[in-house]
Amino acid sequence: MALHEQRETAVTAWDAAASVVDPEIRVVTVAELGILRDVDTVDGRVVVTITPTYSGCPAMDVIRRDIGQALAAHGYPDAEVRTVLHPAWSTDMISEAGRQKLAAAGIAPPSPVGAGPVPLRLGVRCPRCGSPDTEELSRFGSTACKALWRCRACQEPFDRVKPL
Amino acid sequence: MTGDHRVPEGQLAQYALRVGDDALIAAQRLAEWSARAPEMEEDIALSNIALDQLGVARFLLSLAGGADGRSEDDLAYLRDDAEFRNCLLAEVPNGGPTAPPGASGDFGVTMVKLLLLGAYQLCLYERLVDSSEASLAEVAGKARKESRYHVDHAAQWTVRLGDGTATSQARVQQALDDLWPYTHELFEDDPLAVWAAEAGVGPLPSSLRAAWDAIVLPVLEEATLTVPPAGWHPTGGRDGRHTEHLSYLLAELQVLHRAHPGASW
Repeated sequence: MALHEQRETAVTAWDAAASVVDPEIRVVTVAELGILRDVDTVDGRVVVTITPTYSGCPAMDVIRRDIGQALAAHGYPDAEVRTVLHPAWSTDMISEAGRQKLAAAGIAPPSPVGAGPVPLRLGVRCPRCGSPDTEELSRFGSTACKALWRCRACQEPFDRVKPL
Repeated sequence: MTGDHRVPEGQLAQYALRVGDDALIAAQRLAEWSARAPEMEEDIALSNIALDQLGVARFLLSLAGGADGRSEDDLAYLRDDAEFRNCLLAEVPNGGPTAPPGASGDFGVTMVKLLLLGAYQLCLYERLVDSSEASLAEVAGKARKESRYHVDHAAQWTVRLGDGTATSQARVQQALDDLWPYTHELFEDDPLAVWAAEAGVGPLPSSLRAAWDAIVLPVLEEATLTVPPAGWHPTGGRDGRHTEHLSYLLAELQVLHRAHPGASW
């Protein structure tokens, strides 16, 4: 296959894989979440590389399946989905569009982790009313990547993607 | 027992197996709290932490099994108790070391155990990221970030319970007294650990002690808990000599797979 054809294939396959939504947070795609690492063609076959958010993320099997199905629907029936651990996923890998979609869905996006060993404790704004008067109820929430918070202003509980 | 102290064939696989078994058995113990925790938030928290541990275990057991063609399921479901290499602390029941089989869990025991074991795992993973074995370093690179949340959670509860009411203080002090002897095994430099250190695969366990102390001791102090005096040092997990509790745990873990080989859902 000529180089330009390979590139064209890779772009289209990337778009197909990138359109898959996270099965547990259905407002963001795997690309926006930062878990889609690479889409390539190896010997004419599409190879997708993804990385888990948390080691035990139970959504990985579904994500693998969904990516395979999305590619098959776009003419890549024998795509392979590989999992890598390095570099370890960080919430800093969530795209700006992803953060905005999370907030719009009532899920507070994470504050930046940066290079430090301890996540910054910046104020968390309520994704519903915008108040900074919020408190953490539990470090662990409805999925591995979220914590449970509450807004003291509007009294509503909300999820927050916790910095990792 | 000198025969038991030889380093078996496939040291790297054996090393991945012991780290993975710690995570697997810790996951199974934490999962016992699912639908039984004292409050909903803790039910979710303990299940989440169990899931993190299970994820790490799956990666490490896959690594360990790759050496001789066994899958992670083969290793988790088809080994007998004496073939497990986890530390004894991981298998201590949620009700404490002297709890009879089937006894209900004690939240204080679980939190103190998570502090002691989680801090050990954190210290180990922090060093394993520099392992000469890239696959181990990659697993550790993810696991250490998750471990920080586990330790933080356990530390918060240990302080809340220890520096709490007279009853909660007495109960977590008892938990600490019961669990502390099991921590010595974590820092033993057995032949496989010495091999790992010499090969650059993993740290010498004794070299983790200072970092572990730096995490655990300030929490215990803030929790107004007293470190027990030196006493007995139960050991043997790394050689497959376990407490009777592991057999009960494995019975529950393995029964479905053994009754229905290859079952999936």
